[in-house]
Amino acid sequence: MSTDSVSRAEGTPDEPMPYAELGMKREEYDRVREILGRRPTGSELAIYSVMWSEHCSYKSSKVHLKQFATKAPKSEALLVGMGENAGVVDIGDGWAATFKIESHNHPSYVEPHQGAATGVGGIVRDIMSMGARPIAVMDALRFGGADQDDTRRVLPGVVEGISHYGNCLGLPNIGGEVVFDPCYIGNPLVNALCVGLLRKDQIKLAVAPGPGNKVVLFGASTGPDGIGGASVLASATFEDESHAKRPAVQVGDPFMEKLLIECCLELYAADVVVGIQDLGAAGVSCATTELAAKGTGGMHVDLNLVPLRDPSLVPEEILMSESQERMMAVVRPADIDAFMAICERWDVPATVIGEVTDTGRLVMTWNGETIVDIPPGTAADEGPVYERPLHEPAGQVALNSDTPDGLARPADLRATLLQLLGSPNLASKEWVTGQYDRYVRSNTVLAQPADAGMLRISEAIAGAEPTTRGIALSTDGNGRYAKLDPYAGAQLALAEAYRNVAVTGAKPLAVTNCLNFGSPEDPEVMWQFAEAVRGLADACRTLGVPVTGGNVSFYNQTGSTPIHPTPVVGVLGVIDDVAKRVPTGFTGEGLRVALLGETSAEFGGSEWAHVVHGHLGGLPPQANLVAEQALGAVLVEAARRGLLEGSHDLSDGGLAIALAESCLARGVGATVALSGEPFTDLFSESASRALVVVRPESFDELAALCFEHEVPCYGLGVTGGTSLVVEDVLEVPVEELRATHTGTLPALFG
Amino acid sequence: MTAARVGVVTFPGTLDDQDAARAVGLVGAQAVPLWHADHDLKGVDAVFLPGGFSYGDYLRCGAISRFAPLMEELIPAARAGLPVLGTCNGFQILCEAHLLPGALTRNASLHYVCRDQRVRIESADTAWTGAFEAGQEIVLPVKHGEGRYVASAETLAELESAGRVVVRYVGGNPNGSMNDIAGIRNEAGNVVGLMPHPEHAVEDLVGAPSTDGLGFFTSILKKLVNA
Repeated sequence: MSTDSVSRAEGTPDEPMPYAELGMKREEYDRVREILGRRPTGSELAIYSVMWSEHCSYKSSKVHLKQFATKAPKSEALLVGMGENAGVVDIGDGWAATFKIESHNHPSYVEPHQGAATGVGGIVRDIMSMGARPIAVMDALRFGGADQDDTRRVLPGVVEGISHYGNCLGLPNIGGEVVFDPCYIGNPLVNALCVGLLRKDQIKLAVAPGPGNKVVLFGASTGPDGIGGASVLASATFEDESHAKRPAVQVGDPFMEKLLIECCLELYAADVVVGIQDLGAAGVSCATTELAAKGTGGMHVDLNLVPLRDPSLVPEEILMSESQERMMAVVRPADIDAFMAICERWDVPATVIGEVTDTGRLVMTWNGETIVDIPPGTAADEGPVYERPLHEPAGQVALNSDTPDGLARPADLRATLLQLLGSPNLASKEWVTGQYDRYVRSNTVLAQPADAGMLRISEAIAGAEPTTRGIALSTDGNGRYAKLDPYAGAQLALAEAYRNVAVTGAKPLAVTNCLNFGSPEDPEVMWQFAEAVRGLADACRTLGVPVTGGNVSFYNQTGSTPIHPTPVVGVLGVIDDVAKRVPTGFTGEGLRVALLGETSAEFGGSEWAHVVHGHLGGLPPQANLVAEQALGAVLVEAARRGLLEGSHDLSDGGLAIALAESCLARGVGATVALSGEPFTDLFSESASRALVVVRPESFDELAALCFEHEVPCYGLGVTGGTSLVVEDVLEVPVEELRATHTGTLPALFG
Repeated sequence: MTAARVGVVTFPGTLDDQDAARAVGLVGAQAVPLWHADHDLKGVDAVFLPGGFSYGDYLRCGAISRFAPLMEELIPAARAGLPVLGTCNGFQILCEAHLLPGALTRNASLHYVCRDQRVRIESADTAWTGAFEAGQEIVLPVKHGEGRYVASAETLAELESAGRVVVRYVGGNPNGSMNDIAGIRNEAGNVVGLMPHPEHAVEDLVGAPSTDGLGFFTSILKKLVNA
């Protein structure tokens, strides 16, 4: 078959095109024809089909996501908002941080190791493309039930993929989550976060200005990997010329990515980059259309110049390939030699494949024939937008009426504590996190199992002026809460991440999110999504933290059964003096233990109901954002004054688990007394609460600070000894807590 | 007097080079970056081969780095007495270069392991451990997937009898190393290979909850200053 050129397309207007096989709807295809005034060529169809896919175009979510902008709180910290590769926030002293979380769920189910590995690789390149040095990663993971067979296949592979790729890149993994629930069987969630650092006057954007500037593709060569499931390959039209089956999951090469990082940083330092874009989903299609659309408007690319790993690739495949470790830069002609010399020093192949034009068209040639001639904005920015129907799930009222009030309360609270502490969701995640390098680059102030990861900034970039500042990051999300009430669930996810950052002494500043849901074509899922976005946008406004970017992952469902709606929220905060960071847990003997915040009987969606009764019903804890903000203010100010010797947020499993984990942090026991009904005091999951420990002489100042901010402050007891003692209720040696806490995952996964 | 100059080598894929350079600086020595592709040791007084995944470690760890132009300079210099410390991937490279005997293979657990590890200094008679006392127990982080030290029975017997085991794991062997070996030296004691990472245990604020790694850097500084 000869190349499907533009002139051929003009001459064969009625040739059937495989738009349906590429996942396009008839109306979408008709719109492409309307835009072009003719049928698209195979290459053009490839570009539109991937750029207008749900993944790239956000066509089902856009109408909701705009609330993140319209409801955004005023924030002077926001330097680059949504719509770029990643958001950028001002963290003071001339420094900026860029961070983003992104899903790689489906590939991680198909091929756990490579799926998860390339998830890390992709988000790291997003951060690099902002002009930043990536400085750390985190992963929010969801798996099926811990004892389910497929979890034994998926979890070890995912962890190994993250471990191999991240460790080999030299990026510390400083936190994240591992949660098990049967609802994720068949649909594991792998949400990877990366944070980078740059000087705030050195932000790079994905633009291609300046006609005559060169378009350089650099990094790995392009191969047949990662050409999507619904690809040209499935279509009859291209079959003869192509290969029968291609792997749909990309294969990662972290060594090449490490070289790319160092190479890009040298390129930035040498100021030889005008615009830059990573190649992720939709590969060359995405990079060329987005760069061109945001630049002068035109670009000419000779696809024959793209270095190929497999010379038999056809243009459609080159355009759709998601081969990893590739970047595209726009470079002034005068800087090309310097650019190439830096790439050569790092052994990174680089090739000029085209140049910027002022024609307003993205034109691509193949063997001298024009195969693409489109207005790039129509592919990059003007994709279809759907206002999908939505309605509350049929069972929602019944679910909310099925409250945990009638569940039998435990007679033996000691046994309940141990049962929860050893349950897969609350057990130690060291089996997972012990496979990640948390120390590389020597800036890790706090890492898992701390409430938030924290990094110092002063030495993160060699030669930059010193600062005392540090950044803290946490990701959180509770699918059970969101299932019971997606609006509140999203707010609770934000509240928890906000709290986790604040307990370390850092002031929460900005938000990223990864919204994991079932099929948007199911109105009940769409309702969950709409509610979650509305909840998160409202909460961001109340808490004064803007959303800087993120990602939507739909179609996480098997048959007609979706996962629990799972908004995962990442919060970034800043601590002015990183030496004043507050470590997690009981850090010494003879310290006063205080509980900040109010407890009421809230068991809907709780770990207790889940573990002990297998129950999910009622309503989640109340999300009181005013209380959350006040608590955050107390924690940040108390840390600034040096009052806190340790802290820990209260979340899943309530006070009981927070006390146990605090003891485990350094092997220090405590004796505390409860004032209310013991079961509720210990296991309720009321939000906006934290445990802190202070030197006895600091207690009054802490109490006064709490009073000033209207945050309840209860003295619970004192640290010391070798057991956790809750007077008149339970006593457990710390070593028994440890054995229970650390035994579970190794027993399950070897 | 000019500061002692300690070269820190960067191969493509080296990760802990800036960490090592910082640790060198913390004890008052001067870190000198050395580039894998240069035939130039820049006249340094000692060399630190840091950890990482040089060349991706897709073949055998350290198998390619061993042939880098810089190594062509380093190997004879080390044989002639230049103090060299290789940690993690650096240790692997020293073994591949036959400056140290034995090999580092996949951890017995088959998993990468990152943890704070108790170790015992077995020999204080090297260029890099003089500031410790033999028998002293310290905490250093380990972080590797291929750190299981193996050698022939003959080599092991020789290492043990000659006191060439420098550091040994205690309280649990993280990788299945023979004789719990965490680090060894050459006969002369100028070349030391270590699986643990002293450069990640040098500051209270960051890294492992220990500053025990400083001893390796003060050792070499004292050695060079007194030389």
